[in-house]
Amino acid sequence: MNIVVCIKQVPDTTEVKINPVTGTLIREGVPSIMNPDDKGGLEFALQLKDKYGAHVTVITMGLPQAEAILREALAMGVDRAILLTDRKLGGADTLATSSAIAGALRTMDIDLVITGRQAIDGDTAQVGPQIAEHLDLPQVSYMADLQYDEATKTFTVKKQLEDGYQILEMQAPCVVTALASAVQPRYMTVSGIVTAWDKEVEVWNADRINVPEEHIGKAGSPTSVFKSFPKQLKPAGQTVEVSPEEAVELIVNKLKEKHII
Amino acid sequence: MNLADYKDVFVFAEQRDGKIQNVALELLGKARELADANNEKVVAMLLGKDIKSQAQTLIQYGADRVLVVDHELLKDYMTEPYTQAITQIIREQKPSIMIIGATTIGRDLGPRVSARNRTGLTADATKLEISDDEAHEFRMTRPAFGGNLMATILCKNHRPQMSTVRPGVMQKMTPDANRQGEIVDYAVNFDEKKIARVKLVKTVKEEKSVTDISEAKILVSGGRGVGTKDGFGKLEALAKELGGEVSSSRAMVDAGVMPADRQVGQTGKTVRPALYMACGISGAIQHLAGMEESDLIIAINKDKYAPIFSVADLGIVGDLHKIVPMLTERLRTMQK
Repeated sequence: MNIVVCIKQVPDTTEVKINPVTGTLIREGVPSIMNPDDKGGLEFALQLKDKYGAHVTVITMGLPQAEAILREALAMGVDRAILLTDRKLGGADTLATSSAIAGALRTMDIDLVITGRQAIDGDTAQVGPQIAEHLDLPQVSYMADLQYDEATKTFTVKKQLEDGYQILEMQAPCVVTALASAVQPRYMTVSGIVTAWDKEVEVWNADRINVPEEHIGKAGSPTSVFKSFPKQLKPAGQTVEVSPEEAVELIVNKLKEKHII
Repeated sequence: MNLADYKDVFVFAEQRDGKIQNVALELLGKARELADANNEKVVAMLLGKDIKSQAQTLIQYGADRVLVVDHELLKDYMTEPYTQAITQIIREQKPSIMIIGATTIGRDLGPRVSARNRTGLTADATKLEISDDEAHEFRMTRPAFGGNLMATILCKNHRPQMSTVRPGVMQKMTPDANRQGEIVDYAVNFDEKKIARVKLVKTVKEEKSVTDISEAKILVSGGRGVGTKDGFGKLEALAKELGGEVSSSRAMVDAGVMPADRQVGQTGKTVRPALYMACGISGAIQHLAGMEESDLIIAINKDKYAPIFSVADLGIVGDLHKIVPMLTERLRTMQK
C-alpha cells in the first residue's frame, strides 16, 4: 500500500501577538510548526505502516524552510519526503495550491492520500477535497477513524459530524482529510531524529509536476486578496449604575440589538 | 467565460433528514440583500428526497425561485451526487454568486464544486457585500491567521463567485407567508458509477451529555459574586432561557462550587461566544484572556472599578442576585 500524506508548515497562530500600540500582527518570533490536522493524518498513515507495511511519503508545498517539517516527519518514521518549491507556485490560493499538489501526486502510484482537514493559518478546509477532485478520486473529509481491509482493499472511515458520525466505505485509491483531535501523533524517536538527517529530502520544482502554468501560482488562483487589515479592537462600552429594573431594560435592548433574542 | 452571462445569487439550501437547516435561511436573508443591490434574483437549490414540500419555506425567507432536485441518490448528503447536481445547475443556470453554509456538509461540498468548475471559493466569510461604486464588486471578508487578521477576497474573472458562511453569522429575514416565488422541478443526470465509489454504511446521531463551553454560543458565567451553588442556580435559569450554558471563573472552580471543565480563562478554556454574560466576575487578566474575544460582553458587578467593565460592551454596576432573576423572568414573559 502506498500512502501520501500532504502536510503544511504553519505559524503557530496560538502564539501570535498583537502590537497593542499599532494593532498589527507581530510575526517575528512566531514558531513554525507542522499543521496539527496534518500531523494527525500522518499518524494515521504511520499506523497503517505499522500494521500493513505501507510505504509512506510526505509532501509539502512551500518555501525552502518547510524542509523542517519534512525532517520531523522522517524522524517520526516516514519513508520518503518531497518538498515542492518554486517561485512559480507562489501567491497561490487554495485552487492553485491543490492543482500543484495534485500534479505532483499524479506522478506517483497511490492507494491513499491523506491531508489534514484544515490548516490553522487559513482554516479553509478546501485543499484536501480539491486535490481529490483534480485527481478524480472519491473523498471522505472530517475523518476521525480509519480501518483497512487488505483482502478487498477497502477503507472504512468514520466521518465526524456536528451531531454524530457516519461510517463510510471506499476502495483504494481515495482521499481522506484527518482531524487532529482523533489521534495522538507519535513523538520523534532519538534514532529517528539521527537517521532523518541522513535521509534525502527530494526537492521538486514546477517542471516536475506537469501542470499548465495557468493552473498554478497567482495565475491559477481565481481569488485574490483585495485588502487585509487587523481585526478592529472593540471600542470601550458603556458602564452604568442604574436600578435593577433599568438594568434589565438595558440588557434586553442590547440583546435585541445584537439579534441574540 | 463571458462574465455578463452569469447572474443571480444562488443559495445551497442544506437539509438534514428532510429538515431545512437554519443556516440556509440565514443565507437567504443575506442573498436577498446582495441580489437587491444588483437587481437580481435569489435562487435556492433544494436537494434531497421527498423535500418539495419545504420549498415554500425558502420562498417565505427570501427566495424568488427554488430549484428542487428530488432524487433517491440525494436522500443523505454524499459528496459526489451533490457535487454532480450542483455542477449541472452551475453549467445550465450560470449563477453569479453561490453561497453555502460552512457546516461539515458545506465545507465538504464547496471545495469539490469549486474545483470541478475551476472557480474561487472563500471559506467562512463573516461579511458579504456588493461594493457601492461603479464596479458592483462582490466582496467577501473572512478572518485569517487564527482570527488575528481580516482579509477581503475578490473572485474577479471566474463564476460563480463562491463563499461559505458559518451558521449564526447572517440574519434571517422575518418570514413572509405572502411572498411569491417559483418552484421548479429540476432533473439531473447522474453518473452513478462515480457515485458508487463511496458507500454510506450508517449514520449515528450522538447526544452530547455535557456541552463543551468553548462551543457554546451563549455563556452565562459566574464568579466570586455568585458565591454558592444556589447562586449558580440563578445563572442556570437565565442560561436556559437564553439557550446557553453556564461557565465559571477560576475562583468558583477552586472553591469547589463549579467543575473544572466549566472554567474560562488562561488555565481554563478560551471561549468566544456570541454572548458572554459575566456575573459577579471581577475580571482578572487571566480571565479576560479567555473571553475578551466574545462578540458581545455584558457584565454585572457590584464594584464599579472591576476590570471586567473595561472589556464589556455593556456594564451594569449592581446586584446580580436581583438583576439576573428579574432578567430571566422578563425573557420568559417575552417568549410567550
